Amino acid sequence: MNIQAIKEQFPILQQEVNGHPLVYLDSAASSQKPRSVIDAISRYYETDHSNVHRGVHTLGSRATEAYEGAREKVASFLNAAHPEEIVFTRGTTTALNLVASSYARSVCKEGDEIVITPMEHHSNLIPWQQAAKATGATLKYIPLQPDGSLSLADVEKTITPNTKVVSVTYVSNVLGVVNPIKEITAIAHRNGAVMVVDGAQSTAHLKIDVQDLDCDFYAFSGHKMCGPTGIGALYGKKSLLEKMEPIEYGGEMIDFVDLYESTWKDVPYRFEGGTPIIAGAVGLGAAIDFLQQIGLDEIDKHERRLAAYAYDKLTAMDGITVYGPSSNRVGLVTFNLGDIHPHDVATVLDSEGVAVRAGHHCCQPLMRWLNVSATARASFYLYNTEEDIDRLADALLKTKEFFGHAIG
Amino acid sequence: MQLDDLYRRVIMDHYKNPRNRGTMDNEAVTINLNNPTCGDRIQLQLQVEEGVVKDARFTGEGCSISMSSASMMTEAVKGKTFGEAQAMAEKFSALMKGEPAEFEEYEEIEALSGVNKFPARIKCATLAWNALRKGIEQQQ
Ligand SMILES: Cc1ncc(COP(=O)(O)O)c(C=O)c1O
Repeated sequence: MNIQAIKEQFPILQQEVNGHPLVYLDSAASSQKPRSVIDAISRYYETDHSNVHRGVHTLGSRATEAYEGAREKVASFLNAAHPEEIVFTRGTTTALNLVASSYARSVCKEGDEIVITPMEHHSNLIPWQQAAKATGATLKYIPLQPDGSLSLADVEKTITPNTKVVSVTYVSNVLGVVNPIKEITAIAHRNGAVMVVDGAQSTAHLKIDVQDLDCDFYAFSGHKMCGPTGIGALYGKKSLLEKMEPIEYGGEMIDFVDLYESTWKDVPYRFEGGTPIIAGAVGLGAAIDFLQQIGLDEIDKHERRLAAYAYDKLTAMDGITVYGPSSNRVGLVTFNLGDIHPHDVATVLDSEGVAVRAGHHCCQPLMRWLNVSATARASFYLYNTEEDIDRLADALLKTKEFFGHAIG
Repeated sequence: MQLDDLYRRVIMDHYKNPRNRGTMDNEAVTINLNNPTCGDRIQLQLQVEEGVVKDARFTGEGCSISMSSASMMTEAVKGKTFGEAQAMAEKFSALMKGEPAEFEEYEEIEALSGVNKFPARIKCATLAWNALRKGIEQQQ
């Protein structure tokens, strides 16, 4: 994997920010886009655009082909059994809300349980909170180990025959920990529950095989994996999707409409009311091509190396607290620098051209568990190098120095 | 990007030695406000008598900018009428927009003018002032 050659394919990375070459370490929030994805989107608008699924004309067919072609790409990327198991959504959040609103609300009743973890992103927490409130089901949390990881013994204890839904993130966007999804899925199934995976942080970095994981639903966002914003997908086992009611009604999702009664299209179309984000799907398809050309295994290896390098480098620095387990982590390092507030850290890093995230990362319950109000986070992707992490470390030293003077 | 524009000495002094940090128990007007995007939070308490802010205290957690802004704001509004305090909040908004604004009542606030060049931090600086506005609205 030639990182320099990869980096050159990302126009946005070829710039200076505040007088320094940009080091972009916020890919967990949103990744940057390679030239091939940007070009695929413009080419689509320049030559093929039209609405899908209705045009009788050539452009209508081309747009439909491009959109459905992207669905096939996503299906094969996740190793889904059928393209119909892929529902295009705005992203992970919409996908998870679809499962919580349609599946969980129709299945759960009082006395049932929905099981999640305290490390969930708000997008995989609030939909379940609301579903529990609406149905009278109990929301239960699998506790975290002291280092932030999950133990299968705790999973076994928390999931019971009353559990109807288990929803867990594959990779934590704060702790970087990779959760044992396959094992949790097996436990969920043994208890008769369906397994939902929040794949927002895993799809860009790990090779995903939904059939091997045997999960029932899998949600992800295109923008975190080199694709555009506004597009993502929900994978759902066909037998389950077929049982689900749409949550949005309107054009494109209907079969037959009468004044007082209507029927719906087959899956996945019944969940895609309205004109979809066609260019977004095209861009996502191009992103998948890009990632597959490099190889997800290669990307995974590179990122684990970067994460380990950053983890070691940062833990070796004086006055830094690094959160999350020391091993089996992907793509990011979350930390605090003494008692300097992470916003202040991020501002000084930005002045050195280093972009990191500071705040609660949409994980307020996890922040409370960590006993902090906020943290800083450096997250990596295939275009980052060890040198970028050295720049981060140097900038952190400057931050300490700066605040040492300012505060001390 | 000049960090010294942002982190002026006065600001760091207020961060290190916050004024009016604490709570009151005598029938104070209490406003809790947080910045949901970053997790900063503030509790502002105002002791009000006949439309005048007699005392102001705050607690909370946040970055140097949000906490020093709260410290300065509480200093500035003590003894001010609601009208005067509101006018000051308006002036503070102007300052954040990069417009010239003078705080004769409490000049130290002007040290926060540099925040204007760091758009990502404006929300931090305005948190305490938004709490003040909310407190006054509640009273009116
Ligand atoms: C673990 C996790 N889940 C869900 C999301 C939400 O993704 P989106 O905002 O693309 O819907 C994110 C994004 O930060 C995430 O990191």
